[in-house]
Amino acid sequence: MLDMLLSIFKSNGLVTAFAVIGIVMYISYQISGKLTKGRIHGSAIAIIFGLILAYLGGITTGGEKGLADVSFFSGIGLMGGGMLRDFAIVATAFGASFDEVKRAGVSGVVALFLGVVISFLVGVLIALSFGYTDAVSLTTIGAGAVTYIVGPVTGAAVGASSDVVALSIAAGLVKSILVMIGTPFVARYIGLDNPRTALVFGGLMGTTSGVAGGLAATDPKLVPYGAVTATFYTGLGCLLCPSLLFLATRSLFG
Amino acid sequence: MVIYGVSLLSICMLVGVFLGDLLGKLVGVKANVGGVGIAMLMLVLLVDYLSKKNKLNIKSQEGLSFWSSMYIPIVVAMASQQNVVAAVKGGPVALLAGVGATVVCAALVPVVSRIGQAKQEFINEVEEA
Repeated sequence: MLDMLLSIFKSNGLVTAFAVIGIVMYISYQISGKLTKGRIHGSAIAIIFGLILAYLGGITTGGEKGLADVSFFSGIGLMGGGMLRDFAIVATAFGASFDEVKRAGVSGVVALFLGVVISFLVGVLIALSFGYTDAVSLTTIGAGAVTYIVGPVTGAAVGASSDVVALSIAAGLVKSILVMIGTPFVARYIGLDNPRTALVFGGLMGTTSGVAGGLAATDPKLVPYGAVTATFYTGLGCLLCPSLLFLATRSLFG
Repeated sequence: MVIYGVSLLSICMLVGVFLGDLLGKLVGVKANVGGVGIAMLMLVLLVDYLSKKNKLNIKSQEGLSFWSSMYIPIVVAMASQQNVVAAVKGGPVALLAGVGATVVCAALVPVVSRIGQAKQEFINEVEEA
């Protein structure tokens, strides 16, 4: 019986994912409405649930893709993978105003550059305080604090050891997860309630998945503005970290 | 038809990702530079143009709004396949680097948005005067 059911789940992966995620959303919105009286947004709770499921999936399978590594939940990998994520992000632009983007364009670009450089600096400083002194490791860990894609791309370019690369990926993951969970809680304090600030937020934080999740849990109307800058961030990071920022680090630490 | 909207969305994304890859090659990085962002800008402009010409009917718009409303569930699915175990196992260096970068950048959000805004208000004042 159970085998039959599991094999149906397995061969209808994407459909199973729709069903599972729908149930997770329903439970989360019930908790949001009944237990927190709407103070914590339903989608914030759903994202936290998702991360807990990812942790559980990770420790049971030993894989890297959380719940998606559990064979009968493999459809979640397709539903939450890069293709559909980007597709849905582009779709949020339907209803966004081009004038808003244009008006905040300059601060968005400033935010992008500042976001990459400052994240890198913080990463380098933390690595320094933990006793890393070579330019290659410092640069790679700094790049990891930019995003978990910039970290390994930079690490490969400058020739970092695999444990440092792993560390840089972990730093990027911590950032992405923290942005997902934390955004709705700090939104009020950083004035994150209008398109302009969302654009700046996307540029400063940069992690596409973090920004996507964090803004969704704060106010879905802000998603397109944050996403439009955030999608330039990883590319900019991959451009600056192994080149300009690496050379600067090397000239300082040899 | 609903598919017109979905197809418009798909074409925007494919063209955007292509341009993003091209831009990445051009500047010599192994990453897509802003493909999704370019796609979004394209979609905004196209939707604006088509609805002004009355070429985008309600049915076609439904194809767009459906995928736009699937966004949050997709993000939840995305969250549930993150490598949370690796993030937790990264130890204090990874934790502090990630948290530090996030906190400092978050604190800068109001500062950076104010810089732009002040300039904008100034421009508005000049234009009004």
